[in-house]
Amino acid sequence: MATTDANNVEQLRARVAELESELAELRQAQPASARQRIDRMSAEVVDSNPYSRLMALQRMGVVQNYERIREQAVLIVGVGGVGSVTAEMLTRCGVGRLILFDYDKVEMANMNRLFFQPHQAGLSKVEAAKRTLLGINPDVQIEAHSCNVTTMEGYELLRSRAAEGGLPDGGPVQTLLACVDNYEARVAVSAMCTELGLTWLESGVSEDAVSGHVQLMRPGRTPCFACLPPLVVAEGGDERTLKREGVCAASLPTTMGIVAGLLVQATLKLLLGFGRVSPYLGYSAMTDFFPVESLKPNPDCAEPACQRRQREAAKADAAAAAAATPDSAEQDSSAAAAAVHSENDWCIELVEEGGDEAAAGRSVGAGGGVRTAYSVPAAAADAAAPAAAVQDSGLSLEDLRAQMGRL
Amino acid sequence: MVDEATKKTLAAIPLLKTKAGPRDADLWVQRLKEEYQALIQYVQTNKQADNDWFRLESNQEGTRWFGKCWYYDQLKRYEFNVEFDIPVTYPTTAPEIAIPELDGKTAKMYRGGRICLTDHFKPLWARNVPKFGIAQAMALGLGPWLAVEIPDLIARGVVVHKDDQDS
Repeated sequence: MATTDANNVEQLRARVAELESELAELRQAQPASARQRIDRMSAEVVDSNPYSRLMALQRMGVVQNYERIREQAVLIVGVGGVGSVTAEMLTRCGVGRLILFDYDKVEMANMNRLFFQPHQAGLSKVEAAKRTLLGINPDVQIEAHSCNVTTMEGYELLRSRAAEGGLPDGGPVQTLLACVDNYEARVAVSAMCTELGLTWLESGVSEDAVSGHVQLMRPGRTPCFACLPPLVVAEGGDERTLKREGVCAASLPTTMGIVAGLLVQATLKLLLGFGRVSPYLGYSAMTDFFPVESLKPNPDCAEPACQRRQREAAKADAAAAAAATPDSAEQDSSAAAAAVHSENDWCIELVEEGGDEAAAGRSVGAGGGVRTAYSVPAAAADAAAPAAAVQDSGLSLEDLRAQMGRL
Repeated sequence: MVDEATKKTLAAIPLLKTKAGPRDADLWVQRLKEEYQALIQYVQTNKQADNDWFRLESNQEGTRWFGKCWYYDQLKRYEFNVEFDIPVTYPTTAPEIAIPELDGKTAKMYRGGRICLTDHFKPLWARNVPKFGIAQAMALGLGPWLAVEIPDLIARGVVVHKDDQDS
């Protein structure tokens, strides 16, 4: 008996060794890229050149210097339905570096969207994405960070990579793309980019999956997320009877893909300097409507960093205006004067719409169609919460913790 | 904006004064003290009204909170573990309260068991930055959520009282 056992153990050991070497081989082969890295982008039109069609943009006069794409580092927060497709497009475009942040794992529930595949279920989204992307284009440097950017640790890591992850090494990233699905993460990204003075692009798809948007965020010149809080109107009624919509948000690969396409288009235009990037581009699938809007920052923004950036922008504009010739300034003012029509047979008057609406509907000059949903109360107590303010009891934090524990 | 019962609950919770988040070193300590004071006051009020329904404690830095909440249905007590992180942008954004053990059992939750709040919550919170804190988030967020969702989960047989399990 003993010898048979010993034989079995020997056999098993050999099998383990065999499997281990097989695994090591497979690991070495990862990422399974079918091509070698390429040092320089070539414009040569041959079937084997992955960049020939991109370099053709130069020859056609769309982009002056396409190769600059390799000097661009892009940070993507959120590698879900929009972020993963965005990452793939930028990878195929040959971007220099991609830094990916997401704390989620791939789930089967993600399979109605593009990019991820069923065999990746259970893997961290950033790790799974990194493997796929390196397989598509090994020239792109890819960094994967699996963490939640709204927690302290995650935020600090995001901030340091945004400030130092750029190309060449050590500087800030060239831009950041927010592809997240919640307000908290957007506010965190917005606060960070405003502090760093980093121009970024915000994207989103509505919970009903039939509309989306891409927004250019330039600290001090466009609203940050604290400037224009979500326009949700609160109505009366009993809290307990309020229905919560099924939160399992709907999603479509179409809308997600379209928004990712619009986002990457804006990114390429921004980074390579061609065309014009819309400050806000909406997409309504129901009516095939693509509204373009300009948005201004809120001078009453509660975020001190945003106010600081707004002052900097105003100063820069004033300096630019002073540098311009006085002649052109005069022309501008005459053009801006109200047009006076000598004939008006039909007594047509221009009346400002909704001029005497309640303060809650006050326009903050943020842009067409944007109104506040509620007024920000002054320092006085809010009617909804007539409670007294907490009084300092003189107890230390430890005392209070102990008191809480005794309850 | 809110109903009378909620107004009354809110009125009994002290408002906070310090606008500070976990990135604000000393001011955050001040804010944490206010948070604890408001929470202690709220729990005491609940006890006096025979409506005690949760306990919370935090880590040393006050960035991670955990504890228990319970709900009575047909004279049976159902207890759940509660947890949440204080977001870096707190108090501009409210904490996302989670009951991980109910993750996947109801549609009224985001990943990780974070409860879905009503459309009222965020505007109300935004109007009251920095006066609202964790106690208000519990009163306006988790309290109403439990009242609506737990009876439904029990009725659907998704949540079973521990005495009735395996029987």
